[in-house]
Amino acid sequence: MNLAIRDIKYHRGRFLLTCLGVGLLLTIVMSMSGIYRGLVEEALVIIRGVNADLWVVQRDTRGPFAEQSRLAEDVRYRVAIVPGVREVSPFVFYTIQRQRHGQPLRFAVVGYDLRTGLGGPNRIVAGRGLAQKRYEMVADDKLGLALGETLRLGLHDYTVVGLTRGAVGSGGDPVAFFSLADAQEIQFVKDNWAVRNARERAEAAYERALPTQPTLPRELARQFADNPDLHQVNALLVRLDPLADPRAVATAVERWGHFTAFTTGQQEELMLTGSVDKARRQIGLFRALLVIIATVIIAQIIYTMTLDKLKPIALLKLIGAPNRTIVALILQQSLSLGLIAYGIAVVLGNLTFDKWPRLVVVETADQLALLGVVVAICMLASALGIRRALRVEAGAALTG
Amino acid sequence: MEVVHVENLTKVYGSGHTAVTALRDANLVARRGELVAILGPSGSGKTTLLTAIAGIIEPTSGRVCIGQTCFYDNGWQVRDLRRFRREHMGFIFQSHNLVPFLTARENVLIALQINGVTGANAVGIAQQLLDYLGVGERQEHLPEKLSGGEQQRVAIARALANSPQVILADEPTAALDTERGKSVMALFRQIAREKGSAVICVTHDQRMIEGFDCIYQVKDGQVSTTSQK
Repeated sequence: MNLAIRDIKYHRGRFLLTCLGVGLLLTIVMSMSGIYRGLVEEALVIIRGVNADLWVVQRDTRGPFAEQSRLAEDVRYRVAIVPGVREVSPFVFYTIQRQRHGQPLRFAVVGYDLRTGLGGPNRIVAGRGLAQKRYEMVADDKLGLALGETLRLGLHDYTVVGLTRGAVGSGGDPVAFFSLADAQEIQFVKDNWAVRNARERAEAAYERALPTQPTLPRELARQFADNPDLHQVNALLVRLDPLADPRAVATAVERWGHFTAFTTGQQEELMLTGSVDKARRQIGLFRALLVIIATVIIAQIIYTMTLDKLKPIALLKLIGAPNRTIVALILQQSLSLGLIAYGIAVVLGNLTFDKWPRLVVVETADQLALLGVVVAICMLASALGIRRALRVEAGAALTG
Repeated sequence: MEVVHVENLTKVYGSGHTAVTALRDANLVARRGELVAILGPSGSGKTTLLTAIAGIIEPTSGRVCIGQTCFYDNGWQVRDLRRFRREHMGFIFQSHNLVPFLTARENVLIALQINGVTGANAVGIAQQLLDYLGVGERQEHLPEKLSGGEQQRVAIARALANSPQVILADEPTAALDTERGKSVMALFRQIAREKGSAVICVTHDQRMIEGFDCIYQVKDGQVSTTSQK
């Protein structure tokens, strides 16, 4: 006869409610490691998806994901003639936020060269990839856009021709892929109001400059205001010949003095040691705190459950029950509580994690580690209750 | 043959100015098959005497022996008192003291299980005892679903489960009607006779006094009178 199970059955309503509460807490604990893994995965998904041999960015920047990098698009032709380079492709990456049906629509824009395809979507789950250079887009399904839907961005409408899955930017925002020209235009081309404003500013600047530069042509100032340089990119993606040495090519590019070149491994390192590392430490702290909180809560619950049972425990001692019977009663209840709560956490996590706003990646190893932690904290938490139970005198069974 | 031997037992609660002598040089003997009553007004020390015999409270001085073992002789002589209790004693107390989350049958079974009796044998014994005490049909009920009298009968069944040398009972028939009380006393006598157990009862129940072999009167901590039938 198992006393722990009998007691649980007797108090099943309260016990299950407690399990549910602890289970929700453990769901949060489990999500913490999942969110961290999700952060890492999201931070690296584009870098790994692109899988370039080298990333050429503006000198001394950690672009294009960790910080802003800008370089002229035509640098691609200079890089292309470096020995060992097979292919160079311009790459644009930035995040925008627009309104759609009255709701904010935030996503990362990736602009890539359709000819090379480097930097473009890896896996189309519906529709097709970009087939023409203008006014098409491929969106991640997390954006909620339907195939054929059009989205107004800047001066033009863009039609969704394909959907991807799991394409997210380093900040977790879903990605929309555009042709390079479209991505540049969305970012740089001004609308009529902005053009008028820029003209006025240019006129004012011209008037201010006239006393010192009387030969400055007025038309040049106006033209500059009307036609910004669209041909800017955030990085150049480089594919090397099979036997080329990435470090040698990077050194050759960096020797020009305007650029820095990173391998994919270095890009990943930049992401992981930058913003992701801070998030990792923050989440680690949260996780540790939650484990402590869970331990305290379980300890308190077990202790309270033990206090409720002091008289039966005294009675068991009176009729000669050995300490191991009483220890087993409390320990088994504590473990039952922990394991049922853990089961609730696993089920709840499996059912809901894919609906969380950020990617939550829970691996089997994480689940097993949490199981170990739960067993450990249950044993630790029951120590207080066991200590109290063992101090009860058998004579307490005779009072009231 | 003496089963219980209490000699010069003294119990003092507290110390100094607050010291209260609950028992003073108490002596008691219970032989095999004897029914012994301890009578006395409230606060006279009779429950202290009973719990001291049970090894639940530590006496201040004196000697308590069960069978050949003196487990208290001006100090504890037995290391594992709980084991000693479960092997030699059965308990029936005024507050029915059933484990609330166990059914009537399980309350009896737990006493057997603790003493190493398990399986069908244990179930059979429990069933037999509960039937004998008239609560066989209520064996699957939790204590909260039983009346006070039924709870007491289950407690008696539990005390009898391991056929102890001594049964210590505190007002065992107080919650029973006369007929049931007498049948319980008859059961005690039967157990005492067949198993050689001594039954020591603290009781106020005048209806049951006539059944005892030996009566001890306790007053102000002194076991002053002994009447023998």
